Amino acid sequence: MAALLDVRGLKAGYGAGQVLHGIDFALEDGGIAAILGANGAGKTTTLRAVCNMVRSAGEVRLSGERIDGVATEDIVRRGVAHVPDGRGTFAHLTVEENLRLGAYTSRDKAAVAAGLDTAYGYFPRLAERRRQQAGTLSGGEQQMLAISRALMLRPRLLLLDEPSFGLAPLIVEEIFAIMRKINREQKVAILLVEQNAGLALALASHAYLLETGRLVISGPAAEIRRDESIRRSYLGY
Amino acid sequence: MEAFWHQVFSGLAAGGVYASLALALVMIYQATHLVNFAQGEMAMFSTYIAWALIQAGLPYWAAFFLTLGIAFAGGIVIERVVIRPLAGSSVLAVVIVFIGLLVIFNAMAGWIFSYIVKTFPSPFPAAAPFGNKYIGSHELGVIAVTLIVLVLLYLFFRHTKLGLAMRAAAENPVSSRLVGIRVGWMLALGWGLAAAVGAVAGMMVAPIVFLDPNMMSGILLYAFAGALLGGIDNPAGAVFGGFAVGVLENLIGAFVIGNELKLSVALALIVGVLVVRPQGLFGQRLVTRV
Amino acid sequence: MHDSTLKRAVTLSGAQRPGKERMLLIAAVLLVACVLPLLLPNYRIFQLTLAMIYAVALLGLNMLTGYNGQISLGHGAFYAIGAYVAAILMDKFDVPYWATLPAAGLVCLVVGFLFGLPALRLEGLYLALATFALAVATPQLLKYKLIDDWTGGVQGIVIIKPDAPFDLPLNPDQWLYYFTLAVTVVMFVLGWNLLRGRIGRALVAIRDHPIAAETMGINAALYKSLTFGVSAMYTGIAGALGAIVVQFVAPDSFTVFLSISLLVGVVVGGLASIWGAVFGGLFTQFIPNVADSISKAAPWAIYGVVLIACMYLMPDGIAGGVRRLWLRLRSRTNR
Repeated sequence: MAALLDVRGLKAGYGAGQVLHGIDFALEDGGIAAILGANGAGKTTTLRAVCNMVRSAGEVRLSGERIDGVATEDIVRRGVAHVPDGRGTFAHLTVEENLRLGAYTSRDKAAVAAGLDTAYGYFPRLAERRRQQAGTLSGGEQQMLAISRALMLRPRLLLLDEPSFGLAPLIVEEIFAIMRKINREQKVAILLVEQNAGLALALASHAYLLETGRLVISGPAAEIRRDESIRRSYLGY
Repeated sequence: MEAFWHQVFSGLAAGGVYASLALALVMIYQATHLVNFAQGEMAMFSTYIAWALIQAGLPYWAAFFLTLGIAFAGGIVIERVVIRPLAGSSVLAVVIVFIGLLVIFNAMAGWIFSYIVKTFPSPFPAAAPFGNKYIGSHELGVIAVTLIVLVLLYLFFRHTKLGLAMRAAAENPVSSRLVGIRVGWMLALGWGLAAAVGAVAGMMVAPIVFLDPNMMSGILLYAFAGALLGGIDNPAGAVFGGFAVGVLENLIGAFVIGNELKLSVALALIVGVLVVRPQGLFGQRLVTRV
Repeated sequence: MHDSTLKRAVTLSGAQRPGKERMLLIAAVLLVACVLPLLLPNYRIFQLTLAMIYAVALLGLNMLTGYNGQISLGHGAFYAIGAYVAAILMDKFDVPYWATLPAAGLVCLVVGFLFGLPALRLEGLYLALATFALAVATPQLLKYKLIDDWTGGVQGIVIIKPDAPFDLPLNPDQWLYYFTLAVTVVMFVLGWNLLRGRIGRALVAIRDHPIAAETMGINAALYKSLTFGVSAMYTGIAGALGAIVVQFVAPDSFTVFLSISLLVGVVVGGLASIWGAVFGGLFTQFIPNVADSISKAAPWAIYGVVLIACMYLMPDGIAGGVRRLWLRLRSRTNR
């Protein structure tokens, strides 16, 4: 089966520095994969490179079509939603305005309305705060908003950058449970970058471990979870 | 007392012009964190275009709206061709280019239309409404037009998808790209709208100060003062600032220091606001990045 | 793109130890400058004098904006102050023309420093805005009724052109040329000394790395305000000279377009470059000659286009272009 996302030899960097030194990974339709690694390993850069937000080289294929070099806005229009680190919410706009922006590329008013209902369905707290300025929401609520906004696009692929960052464990569990639900119900493939390896491995079916811009381990998540030596040396638990 | 109210009302009318131009300045500032020094000259040049259309035989309102369209298109072209390539340049480089634009528009107006002062028609009747002694028809018309423009812009930005996208692009370009917004075109649209609003200001003030290439330099100063007073990143604040400056300038000019020094009031306001409270009355705290 | 080129312009600026070739070049230029007024008609001498005056004003502005990174769109105001100080002293107090220069310089030094103090709180764009406002308001300030008796109001003040001293066989235009040349050389030597040493490096450090400069013990606030003062002083002295040479000061000679033409001169001549001031002076004086025949507006249209074109194509101005040419020629002859 052809992969939804197929990345070969991805290099990327900022300014004069090089962060990624040529990595390969893939994700099939409806699958969930995690990219793990320590701070500075290049995880966030990987997601940014897939969306062409940083200077990068290599081949990135979405359902067989090359998207490396394509403008970020156009990659998004092909069904790739990216929830960046720091959530990227529009702080001065309301919750509902943020969600509507998620559906910016859609012309179908009914679909947009349905999308809003779905989002409020997954995250009732957002419905309560729909006219509030997004910047006044708590960290957890902003993460819910960010994910919902990404889903408004009806993406085939959802890129999530450190969804657990700065959030209380209970909220994180809630969010991860909903992500599992979204993946099952809407058949959205998820590429997840996480520092919290335990959570990520519980959700993902496949995992990749980055160290200073290179892929050192790749395999089924269940195996990596079982392997104590990997867990101790690379994942810290 | 009559003199006082007369000054207040004509101050409001002048303030309407300043508020419109200030709004144009703020629109560009919000999207780009840049102050368009050339806004006044662009408005002046648009007014000359309107004049030429009227000379060619077009009825006033047809010329008015056609000029708005031309100004809109011109703003977009300028952003795409002149301003876009400067993204990421130093402040000095951008300021220099703005001054260059200012000079070009001023020179083009003088070259094409000559420096001879011209009259520009007002679409409003000559007689004061109901024969009152406080406010003339044109002044009332200017206030009305300014308010209509403001309401239209407000509705556009708050209640349309495109307006929402423009606000998003100004606030957070990176996140905007991630929802598929073409940020570059949003900037261009912002310039187009700002140019059109500036054209309105020019066409409203020309009947009062008469049309000549240097008509807008003082007005631009008042618009700067108004925008800074209200808050350079706050559209409603800028509008308030524009009206406030109009009234203040008239009152101070008439009763305190005399009409010849009115521009220094603007200068004092600008320097004062920048030194004492740079975010103005309603703007957000500006963080100087280290 | 533009930032790095602007920064490169500083390191390649003329404020370095002069090599032998450079000294020869300067000597040659001075020789030509001394001989010219004996050969040219009065009108050309007048123009060259103005070009030198402009060069002094541009050196002042360049110190502030090119080397120290403080954007001033209002230096025309200091030029005006210098001009009026000279005119008032000569007209009302019979002060000899040469004595008005230090007076104008001193007044502008103080005013500039005082303006530099609140300017410390204004970053880039806002300083540009404030100085722009100053430039626009200047003519109105000069026309103020209360100081009419001194300034001559809208009509301004007329000054008599001084004759050559000691009965030298020079007409007034030639004499003023030599006088200006002497003042210009003095100002440039002083400026070159200031800018090539510690002070110049400190100015550039403050421009490019303000925080680092502070940690290295440079009192940025003092330097910046002083630079404003010195820069105003240069432009003020130029203004005084200008008043004497043109024999006339009036408010409408000092509009915002004067400040803009100073900016054009600095940018086209070359930011952060001493030679740039010379090129800029020549450019701003002689372009109107060429362009005036086309239309009254043509010089300004050219200024505008040139300003924008410079930012895209030649951010370090003529001086930068000349420098690059010079280096290329040298490397070719050294082979």
